[in-house]
Amino acid sequence: MCNDSKCDKQAFQKSRRKVLKGLAAGIGVLALPAPDAAASVWETFFQKHFRELTRDELKKVLARLESNYSKEFGQQVSVKATPPIEGVKFGYGLDLSRCIGCRRCVYGCVTENNQSREPQIQWIRVLQLDKEKGVSLEHAKHYYNPPEVPTEGHFYMPVQCQQCENPPCTKVCPVQATWMEKDGIVVVDYNWCIGCRYCMAACPYGARHFNWAKSKLPKEELNPNTHYLGNRPRPTGVVEKCTFCIQRTREQPGRYPACEEVCPVGARKFGNLLDPKGEIRYLIENKRVFILKEDLNTQPKFFYFYAT
Amino acid sequence: MKINLRRSLSLAIGLTALGATLISAAEVEKFFDRQGNLVVQEKVEKYKRRADEGTSYPVPPPPFSDGIFPCSDCHAGMEPDPERRELVGMHADIILDHAEGQRWCLDCHNLNDRDSLRLVNGDLIPFTESYLLCGQCHGDKLRDWKVGIHGKRTGYWNGEKQYLLCAHCHDPHSPSFKPLAPMPPPIRPENIRREAAPVAPVPH
Ligand code: SF4
Repeated sequence: MCNDSKCDKQAFQKSRRKVLKGLAAGIGVLALPAPDAAASVWETFFQKHFRELTRDELKKVLARLESNYSKEFGQQVSVKATPPIEGVKFGYGLDLSRCIGCRRCVYGCVTENNQSREPQIQWIRVLQLDKEKGVSLEHAKHYYNPPEVPTEGHFYMPVQCQQCENPPCTKVCPVQATWMEKDGIVVVDYNWCIGCRYCMAACPYGARHFNWAKSKLPKEELNPNTHYLGNRPRPTGVVEKCTFCIQRTREQPGRYPACEEVCPVGARKFGNLLDPKGEIRYLIENKRVFILKEDLNTQPKFFYFYAT
Repeated sequence: MKINLRRSLSLAIGLTALGATLISAAEVEKFFDRQGNLVVQEKVEKYKRRADEGTSYPVPPPPFSDGIFPCSDCHAGMEPDPERRELVGMHADIILDHAEGQRWCLDCHNLNDRDSLRLVNGDLIPFTESYLLCGQCHGDKLRDWKVGIHGKRTGYWNGEKQYLLCAHCHDPHSPSFKPLAPMPPPIRPENIRREAAPVAPVPH
């Protein structure tokens, strides 16, 4: 039932939390991994914060993760740590006059980013709104399920991480396990996260999700092309969120995020905010644009717009 | 001096001859027809050069119904009939739901060469550039489409892009986007607890 690497990871998660609690009580040493625990458990336990890893240390960490995941999922899994591209700040556009609420993006994201199938985690939530009431979140419906969309009198607004330039979530993290990268993507170091869920409370968009249980991700459904800060399999007890498909968009040339690519109506736009000729700048300059909950001064890099 | 002149003269003549053969080679078109016979024919410049030529909008092949193209396969032997009428028999399945009171087939399809489309100014365009035809009325959409705002564009955000023709999403004869079945809604939180396998106790 519990193969080696699974046990390792669970042991690590439990022990890290126990240590933190234990340290407070002054008995932390009792919660350390058992003396006979596998070497990789100890390595994981003493792993530094992602941003403090030297190049060599990072290489070792990635190799350890790759071998653990490959064993767990019975296939070759790659874990990259591709850095941000110079001169790039990612921005996203979503055309509310086009979206039909079909939820293809939700499932495209789940498959690409290895979200837990059970208990269910989805990074994108599509809201059905009344045309008469406009963008009024109190009237939003999440669970709509008619035979066909769009339905009369409604429009649809997918919500996911807004990649705020002034993110409230990163400020509340007591251990700095989440931060904004140079290209504007807000990321989580799953190995550093202690699972306190402060960031979930701080996010005004409901964009962060917690791994309550070991995810049931069928082996054959794993996307083996992963990034350390993105879609690699997550341990239990950590928070995760949309990363603008960091494993795709930081490639050279950069692929579009999975949700952008799967949308059947082309409602989703993605590009470099710093490129004056890019599609994101074009839509900001030429279309009616709004950002969600502007009054909170979170400064999202996710722009809702109306092309017509 | 004399020798030099003669040399450059002969060089010039040689180059012209070479150029001529190159041009004549380019003017012949070879292809296999439906019966598998090799056809060699003189190439005719059917399509005019356009202002934004060189800007590329790579698109997949137009979404023709099976076996319908080239239209000339059937139309070649038929007498063109420019008279506005309701079609019976062939193409009767096409119901025009696109400003039907104001136009009919030959406002977009070309009378004498069915393998091309025709703009209002009389210019012929290939089906792979049908966006020019749509853009005659929907200029704002064409402008947005070119910069990747209207319609779906795939490829790389900082590299090659792939476009779709208008006709890939909108049936030109009935262009409104057809409704789709939505994918399943998320599981309600209260049901996640019930349906999930025994959830590990929350570590505290
Ligand atoms: S896939 Fe596109 S149309 Fe469908 S819900 Fe997502 S954004 Fe809207």
